Amino acid sequence: MQMLLTETMPGLFNYWIVIVLMMIGFYTVIAHDNLVKKIIGLNIFQTSVFIFYISMGQITGSTAPILMHGAAGQQAVYAHPLPQVLILTAIVVGLSTTALALALVVRIHEAYGSIEEDDILAADYQRGTQESQKEQERMARARAAERHASRDADDGREQDEDAPDS
Amino acid sequence: MQEHTVLRIIAKLLIAPIIIFALYVQFHGDYSPGGGFQAGVILASALILHALVFGVQATRRAVPPAVLRVTASLGVLIYAGTGVICMLRGGAFLDYDYLAHNPVHGQHYGLLLVEFGVGMTVASVVTAIFYVFAGRGRQPGEHED
Amino acid sequence: MIVQLFHQMPVLVVILPLMAAPLCVIAHRALPAWLIHTAVSWVVFGISFLLFVETRVAGRVVYALGGWAPPFGIELVIDRFSAIVLLLVTGMSALTSLYARASIAAELPRERAYLVYAAMLLCLCGLVGMTVTGDAFNLFVFLEVSSLASYSLIAMGPSRRALLSSFQYLIMGTVGGTFLLIGIGFLYVMTGTLNMADIAQRLQGVAHTHTVEAGLAFIVVGLSLKAALFPLHAWLPNAYTYAPSSVSVFIAATSTKVAVYALIRFVFTVFGADLAFDSLPLGDVLIVLSVAAMLSGSLAAIFQTDVKRLLAWSSVAQMGYIVLGFALATGAGLTAALTHMVNHGLIKGALFMAVGAMFWRMQACSINDIAGLGKRMPWTCAAFVVGGLSLIGFPGTAGFISKWVLLQALMVDHHWLLAAAILVSSLLAVIYIGRVVESLYFREPAEGRKVARGEAPALMLVATWTLVALNIAVGLFGAAEVDATRQAAMSLLGVGQ
Repeated sequence: MQMLLTETMPGLFNYWIVIVLMMIGFYTVIAHDNLVKKIIGLNIFQTSVFIFYISMGQITGSTAPILMHGAAGQQAVYAHPLPQVLILTAIVVGLSTTALALALVVRIHEAYGSIEEDDILAADYQRGTQESQKEQERMARARAAERHASRDADDGREQDEDAPDS
Repeated sequence: MQEHTVLRIIAKLLIAPIIIFALYVQFHGDYSPGGGFQAGVILASALILHALVFGVQATRRAVPPAVLRVTASLGVLIYAGTGVICMLRGGAFLDYDYLAHNPVHGQHYGLLLVEFGVGMTVASVVTAIFYVFAGRGRQPGEHED
Repeated sequence: MIVQLFHQMPVLVVILPLMAAPLCVIAHRALPAWLIHTAVSWVVFGISFLLFVETRVAGRVVYALGGWAPPFGIELVIDRFSAIVLLLVTGMSALTSLYARASIAAELPRERAYLVYAAMLLCLCGLVGMTVTGDAFNLFVFLEVSSLASYSLIAMGPSRRALLSSFQYLIMGTVGGTFLLIGIGFLYVMTGTLNMADIAQRLQGVAHTHTVEAGLAFIVVGLSLKAALFPLHAWLPNAYTYAPSSVSVFIAATSTKVAVYALIRFVFTVFGADLAFDSLPLGDVLIVLSVAAMLSGSLAAIFQTDVKRLLAWSSVAQMGYIVLGFALATGAGLTAALTHMVNHGLIKGALFMAVGAMFWRMQACSINDIAGLGKRMPWTCAAFVVGGLSLIGFPGTAGFISKWVLLQALMVDHHWLLAAAILVSSLLAVIYIGRVVESLYFREPAEGRKVARGEAPALMLVATWTLVALNIAVGLFGAAEVDATRQAAMSLLGVGQ
């Protein structure tokens, strides 16, 4: 055990962390019902991949890949810059995904009053089975009639201007 | 937060240097670490600081969301437009060599233009995201903190 | 100038939608945004057609972005295989643009309509980019561009359930995208390059290491998630059901196909068939999953009451046919996969368009809601019938051609059981399409759901019937299509160039 640790831990330390983080994130995404916790899990999962990319571009004893002039520049060992550039792109993707996911959660909360997946599914199930469906149908009927009335007046090409906002 | 004098004064002192720093990261990005994305986020953080201290309404008056929508789109157009200019001058898409008579100058112009577009879009989008979240679920007259 | 632009075509198909999207946002009104979307979609379709012709002659068109020679810069590569997928994606976008105006105006608040057009253009940009790129990491970026656009498009659906469907798709899609990123990372560790052709070359010495095998596994799982292959399809039915109708049309016809295309590209061009199918049992796994997809998707479709959801489940089954052809890893199998990718795009496009027109009319599309519409919307319902026949595989339609080619590919290798599975799945398709047709023509409308005779707007009908006509045209003159797809499959396998 001692040997295993000393042989595999130092060089591969980053990769162990990556695996641990990845599993924590993935588990959170799968196991949690709360939508915000799912997003947090997703973020941890993505971050572990970022660390994975950065680690593979790293050379022991290397510095940041910024060109140095003079004697220091001659001897310097630079980390591989390409994985860092790739990950900058992936971070931007992650940022957009998180923003979009949070925006969805805000709207889900406004529409359902909850961000627990079970509650939301239950709310939809109830609503789908109860008399509220008839209510929806009545509304739909009224809309269809309205649309049809406006269609008769016109040939339908411009009718979308009068369409009821839903 | 109008009553917190220290916060307001420090914020006022800080916002301008943050913006200057954003511009430095933006326009020095082709020589040193930095570039459009980082600069855009720094610039947006200045605006967000303003919103946190002086209220979202005040920031919205200074930088209206409608303007952000246009600048965010313009940034993408500047980026892609630079590439198209390269194409019209006979090169490949984003081949900066064709932007000037000297390829080295062309690369400089190209990088600056493209990064400027990126910075503009990132700053606008990040601020817009903040507006959207900050503006939700509150009454207009409610105290902002 | 014109000659110069001719050489720029591979990049134009990507950047025109990219530049048009912010223009839509600046325009900020539904009509100008729609005009931009329509114009750009058709121009891009025209360019794709020219590229298709060019690859028929030259075999391959390459383009070095920024003038950086590959493998250092990003390279766009269009060969015969990607040209056909490109044609499908841009063609569907062009037809959807005609359809979208009336449909979106009816389903969304007018002040939000411009966002739909902008997001559809971004989605188009991402899908086209995935198709033309020759760079592994670039493919991931375009995948995320198209995915982010489709999440927001689905969330704009008229009912509140669209929000949760979109969220679930976002979670699964991002996990899939991240898996792809991990896989590409493994490849990069082993080869030090991101250019697909270059990776393929450098992999030869190290192909049988665990790192590369793990990379293959991550990439296959990640892209299967995006392609909704059987056990990873959970996001698909809700997403297609609650999205706005024109979004369902576009995404159902293109996005899963492009994901399968990317999978085929990675397996055959990057890893090579030897590693994936001979050293690793990818073929066996995919065959089992695709048969499970065919049967379970068709079975689930039978029990649906919402017609859009029924079609979505049918899509899960149809992805099974495509992946089955690909899993055979033979020239005939790949031909069948590509043929069905195109034909299924045409079929599902037509069907979702017809259902969208019914939704436009009735504001609902459960089987009870559309009862008796056959007499009231004769053209729309006739389009659904022809599309349904094509889905079943009736002779004289596009669906028949793809099933015929797939059965031929199976017969060559004597896979009788798989052929039987296809027949069973087709019979199940008869049942679920039959349920809808029965409701349309042989049932009276429910109490209070009677509407007068009246068709969908002209542009919606034109788009729907163009697709229906294409279905019939492919069915009658399938030889030309199969010839093109066979050449594409051969070029992918690297023989017969």
